[in-house]
Amino acid sequence: MERLIEEIPNFFTIWNVIFLAKAMGVTFLLTAIGCLVGFSVGGLLAIFRKTKSIYLLPLRIFIIIYTEIFRRVPFLVSLLLFFYVFQIIKISDDLFLIATITVCIIATAYIGEIIRSGIESINQTQWDAATAMNFTYYQTLREVIFPQAWKVILPPAFGFFIMFIKDTALASQIGVMELTFAAKILNNKGFSPLLSFGTILILYFILSFPLDRFGKYMERKLASNRN
Amino acid sequence: MPQIEIKSINAFYDKLHVLKNIELNVSKGEIVSLIGPSGSGKSSLLKMLVGLLIPKSGKIYLNGNQVNFKNQSDLRTIREQIAIVFQQYNLFQNMNVLKNVCIAPTKIQKRNPKEVNEQALTLLEKVGLKDKLNSYPDELSGGQQQRVAIARALCLNPQILLLDEITSALDPELVKEVLDSIRLLASEGMTMLIVSHEMNFVKEVSSRVVFMDEGSIIEINNPKNIFEKPKEKRTLDFVSKILKEK
Amino acid sequence: MGYTLVYTQVLEFLPYLIKGAWISLQIAILAFFGGMFFGLILATIRSFGNNISNKIVIWYVTFFTNTPQLVQIYFLFFALPEFGILLSPYIAVLLGMTLNAAAYLCEIQRAGFLSIRQNELDAAKTLNFSLFQQVKYVILPHIMRVLFPPLSNHYIIMTLGTSMAAIFGVEELTGRAFNINSETFRSVEIFSITALIYIVITFIATFLLAIIGRYFFKAKIRIIQ
Repeated sequence: MERLIEEIPNFFTIWNVIFLAKAMGVTFLLTAIGCLVGFSVGGLLAIFRKTKSIYLLPLRIFIIIYTEIFRRVPFLVSLLLFFYVFQIIKISDDLFLIATITVCIIATAYIGEIIRSGIESINQTQWDAATAMNFTYYQTLREVIFPQAWKVILPPAFGFFIMFIKDTALASQIGVMELTFAAKILNNKGFSPLLSFGTILILYFILSFPLDRFGKYMERKLASNRN
Repeated sequence: MPQIEIKSINAFYDKLHVLKNIELNVSKGEIVSLIGPSGSGKSSLLKMLVGLLIPKSGKIYLNGNQVNFKNQSDLRTIREQIAIVFQQYNLFQNMNVLKNVCIAPTKIQKRNPKEVNEQALTLLEKVGLKDKLNSYPDELSGGQQQRVAIARALCLNPQILLLDEITSALDPELVKEVLDSIRLLASEGMTMLIVSHEMNFVKEVSSRVVFMDEGSIIEINNPKNIFEKPKEKRTLDFVSKILKEK
Repeated sequence: MGYTLVYTQVLEFLPYLIKGAWISLQIAILAFFGGMFFGLILATIRSFGNNISNKIVIWYVTFFTNTPQLVQIYFLFFALPEFGILLSPYIAVLLGMTLNAAAYLCEIQRAGFLSIRQNELDAAKTLNFSLFQQVKYVILPHIMRVLFPPLSNHYIIMTLGTSMAAIFGVEELTGRAFNINSETFRSVEIFSITALIYIVITFIATFLLAIIGRYFFKAKIRIIQ
């Protein structure tokens, strides 16, 4: 304990604070890009998954296989697989890029499922009414389904944002300079693990907690609105 | 020439044979009621006429033109001419009353928004809901929602109106307000197909009554005869049972 | 390209990997039931405890659900020795996963308790059910039907989470993939096979859970979402 108190002034130097802030920025950026892409592409997957046309059947099968695969492989394994694939095809050796692409691919699979179950939560009667009035599939989604489904989609989506903030910790394993890797570096420099890992636990908490609160607030509010 | 001609139609829900060899002609301005026990195929028949249920075999003619259910533009045509009001009202929960009525005419039929708006106001006044324009469906009673649904269907300017058990989800005291709206339409000469359990109403407004059972049409008769001296025994059983319950 | 995928060499290690999958399974099951038990205690405190104990549980759950499991395990593995507590990699991972699971499973189980409807209990009481009968015929079937799908879901998430153990040197599935990788350098082949094994074991788990859910608890779980 005494050693810890002695160490604190040395730990929180300006250099270290900037170092950690940058790492926190990388963690945030990885998550934000992943969720943004996940939401857009995942939304498209959900939309195509619910189509009925026989011509789109191969696309639907592809979407099912895609989502099943990436929701059943550990993030760490996907990350390493992409890392080594990138080494072979030599497109880029930018570790941040590799991690971002992995996060995007996995986020797309998970968020696509959330959006799909949001679409499915809307009563069939709404589809029938729209179809009987000549709405196309896309018009029905835009005018009727999504304006109702976002209330079902958003609360669990916040849960997944948080999940991705935490999962990006695994990007440290391929050497992306995010929070967890920063802590390992500080630890290797001789700072106590209690301080290094304790600090980033708090920093992760600072990133995640407001989202957690906001998601729960929204869930309560939307639930009470619905009844 | 009949407005709708239904020729030996067969339709299925998955494996369930819900419409068996249906033959029915409806002329312009006619009000045809469909009665029968639940699960007899009445609602399926209406759903098929707006393309929510695609028949497996048989033919349908609308104003003398055969409808090809595999063809999207044919489906669009029948849905432009035939409007349906559902048992559960099926109002769009995310839109207020006025938007519910106006959205399809403006966004789908691409009519002039101003003209549509005026028509919507007239229709909503007619069904007695002029003061609820900005309410959302979940703020309205079942009877009010159902009257909005009727206005919404009429605002599409259909030639034919289908009413699918529109009073069965309503409390008894709300039934009258909805039926009054329909009586008004009937007096204006709109072609209608009505699925209903309100036998007195059926007797009063219908030009013909169709009795269905287990997916088949058993008997078509005028309203007086079908209730008083039906040709078929199954009709008699059904009618006497349901009149006894009342 | 200059690189051709060769699976023959890696396939020789398949039995070695599958034995690793057994260890993954073991960690997942132990951590899951540990987490269920500890989570049940937390949920009970949350339902019946006083203000202070409630707050403690709330903060426990909030902390563990808002920080990465990996860093939690790092902390246990590297920081606890400073207090003279030395954990083996296996125990550190198991403990970390259990503590983490307890937070999530506390929330899931609490939602299950809250879903019991008073009128069902009232009905049971008016029929003169004893407390034991109420639990057996009313409370438990209801709770299990509500709880089973989210619990199954969390079990799958935990199975995937066991791969973290590799980082600490535990020789479960991913750990063994690391070992083969440093021996053969057939990285893409190894990790794609590893990924495939995870897909297979989670599919088997979902399938079994769906059967158990359907026949014992009337809970519906879709095998393919």
